[in-house]
Amino acid sequence: MKEESMIRGADIVVQSLIAEQAEIIFGYPGGAIMPVYDALYDYHEQIKHVLTRHEQGAIHAAQGYARVSGKVGVCLATSGPGATNLITGLADAQIDSTPLVCITGQVAAHLLGTDAFQETDVVGISMPGTKWNIQVRRVEDIAPAIAKGFYIARSGRPGPVLIDITKNAQVDFGQMNYTPCLGFRSYKVHQPIDPNAIQKAAELIKEAKRPYLLFGQGVVLGKAETELKFFLDKTGIPAASTLLGSGALSEDHPNYVGKLGMHGNYAPNLLTNQCDVLIAVGMRFDDRVTGDLKRYAKQAKVIHLELDAAEINKNVKVEVGVLGDCKESLSMLTEAVEQGSHPEWLGKFRELEQMEKEAVMQHDITPTKVGLTMGEVISQINRYKADDAVLVTDVGQHQMIAWRYFHYKKTRTQITSGGLGTMGFALPAALGAQLHDYSRQVICVVGDGGIQMTIQELGAIMQTKAPVKIVLLNNNYLGMVRQWQQMFFDKRYSFTELDNPDFIKLAEAYGIKAQKVTERNTLTESIEDMLIHDGPYFLEVVVEKEDNVFPMIATGCSVEEVRLS
Amino acid sequence: MKRYTIFVITENFIGILNRITIIFTRRGINIDALTASESSVDGIHRITIEVTTSEEMVVHLVNQIEKIIDVIKAFYHEDSGVVYQEIALYKIPVARLDGSLEKIIRQHHAKIISAEQEFVVLEVAGHKEQTQELLEILKGYGLLEFARSGRVAVAKRMRTIDQYLS
Repeated sequence: MKEESMIRGADIVVQSLIAEQAEIIFGYPGGAIMPVYDALYDYHEQIKHVLTRHEQGAIHAAQGYARVSGKVGVCLATSGPGATNLITGLADAQIDSTPLVCITGQVAAHLLGTDAFQETDVVGISMPGTKWNIQVRRVEDIAPAIAKGFYIARSGRPGPVLIDITKNAQVDFGQMNYTPCLGFRSYKVHQPIDPNAIQKAAELIKEAKRPYLLFGQGVVLGKAETELKFFLDKTGIPAASTLLGSGALSEDHPNYVGKLGMHGNYAPNLLTNQCDVLIAVGMRFDDRVTGDLKRYAKQAKVIHLELDAAEINKNVKVEVGVLGDCKESLSMLTEAVEQGSHPEWLGKFRELEQMEKEAVMQHDITPTKVGLTMGEVISQINRYKADDAVLVTDVGQHQMIAWRYFHYKKTRTQITSGGLGTMGFALPAALGAQLHDYSRQVICVVGDGGIQMTIQELGAIMQTKAPVKIVLLNNNYLGMVRQWQQMFFDKRYSFTELDNPDFIKLAEAYGIKAQKVTERNTLTESIEDMLIHDGPYFLEVVVEKEDNVFPMIATGCSVEEVRLS
Repeated sequence: MKRYTIFVITENFIGILNRITIIFTRRGINIDALTASESSVDGIHRITIEVTTSEEMVVHLVNQIEKIIDVIKAFYHEDSGVVYQEIALYKIPVARLDGSLEKIIRQHHAKIISAEQEFVVLEVAGHKEQTQELLEILKGYGLLEFARSGRVAVAKRMRTIDQYLS
């Protein structure tokens, strides 16, 4: 029976999103989610919806939005194929700890399990790729599920949540009284920091001759950038960043020594095996960072500041695990340690950095050969970009080069698919990042392989007029795979060369201003033109076909076996 | 490689068993036995999982299980840290019964829990080695059907379920 105060489940969905202060939904309509879309029609002044051209585009856009803003990204899709198209984004958000709430429509409850049209078990399919998921079959369960979903997505170690709502629940009438979730018994978020662990860590740091700090995205997620800086200011300890940690500390900081991992910098990798105390903050010792674990920092006593208990001792055995929010633990540790400086040890990093400059960077940034390099494109971008410009990258050679050379000064300026390595991530993620703030400079650097995986989102960029600056580094190859084929598969270039469309015509077909650079002498000017252009811009740069990314730690090698060529 | 018992105290929500078992599947770990039932507290389920693996892996599995949002607590013990029991049922055709069965029943502390016109069902509770031993013997009596439960177990450590809930 319908009472006066009752509203449709679909309205409850939208009102719940508004109650959670969601500003924007990325989505794609379809049969089983139509009641929610119908409801959205009435709320367009309170909540914005962006129609992407594919559900994968919607979820990557939500990820870009979440990563740049620190808020929960919201995504809407229909049942069946709409829902399964979200899976890549869910897996990506899960491994990169991105807070998302994805709402999918589902066939009516009485049809569940009957192989109804567009029915798929998305709760089953997405179980390993979500932090939490649930199917809602009754109208009265909608608001509590959304409240719980937002709470889970944004608290603790953030992650993606999927809420599957059957069509009957969307059309039935129920009461709307939204109560935000503040916690529940099986999920404890706040762990008080163990003062003994801080004491032990401080003692190790005090005794250390060559201490070394590694920071990851946990610093960004924990909003602990200032605490990290204070700790480094006080201790003088050299610090290196993981792929997703970049931006957490300004690269201008005197203790900053570079980047870790397979294509990171020479010194930070090599010297991992020479430090005596290794302090890891908000990072998870990914295999791309550690190389061969059996030969990783064996000489060092490891201190791990980490929110997720399952990460401590997972890959690297630690001397001291400091469980909890690194914002708290870092400031406690800063209190506990003594003022210090390590000029000699830091000098060692600078020495090796010089070697890398001569052996690699010089060639990358000021090449002597005819063809353009990806490195020089990024270094020219550095000259003109804003300090808080956001760099969004895809996956492959361009991702590693852009990361290596982009000058990170502010937090939340690095958006890339780190853990999952999802090609096709960049273009929609850049759209999402841009829609959070139209006035922010968002630069999307992408390869000719990856862009074609989600190139349809040029349509969403056209429709939203998001002023994304797209820089396509085109080498007509799936460059990273080609590099591996060259190095480890006898140069057998098996299915990595691409015959590409005319990208300029394609961008122009979407009404996006486009320009192509093939010669060095027009590069700088074109980048300047792009960055001052009011509106979306597509810059294709034709780069050297067979350039390689160095330094490199080949698979199975130790960090100390990092190669310069 | 050792035998471990993993205990999971969890909310009784749809799909919880699936969430737990995919953690084993992903790492290619076989579950030797699994028992799930309601605990002494309303709405709280208790799942007992037996695995044979390394301690490093069991720690990792337990950490991952505990990360599941609806799981309240997960922990593990070696065999020496738990008191456990399994139950086995044996269905034997009446036609094959002879005088020697009485001795077997006495020796193995078995019970006849059902006697039908064509068959009897014996029940034995004990560790796997004991129920297995009887199984081997009863194969000689034309055993029709055999079923063995996973282990039910309690930890020797002095902690109550309420301590995990608070």
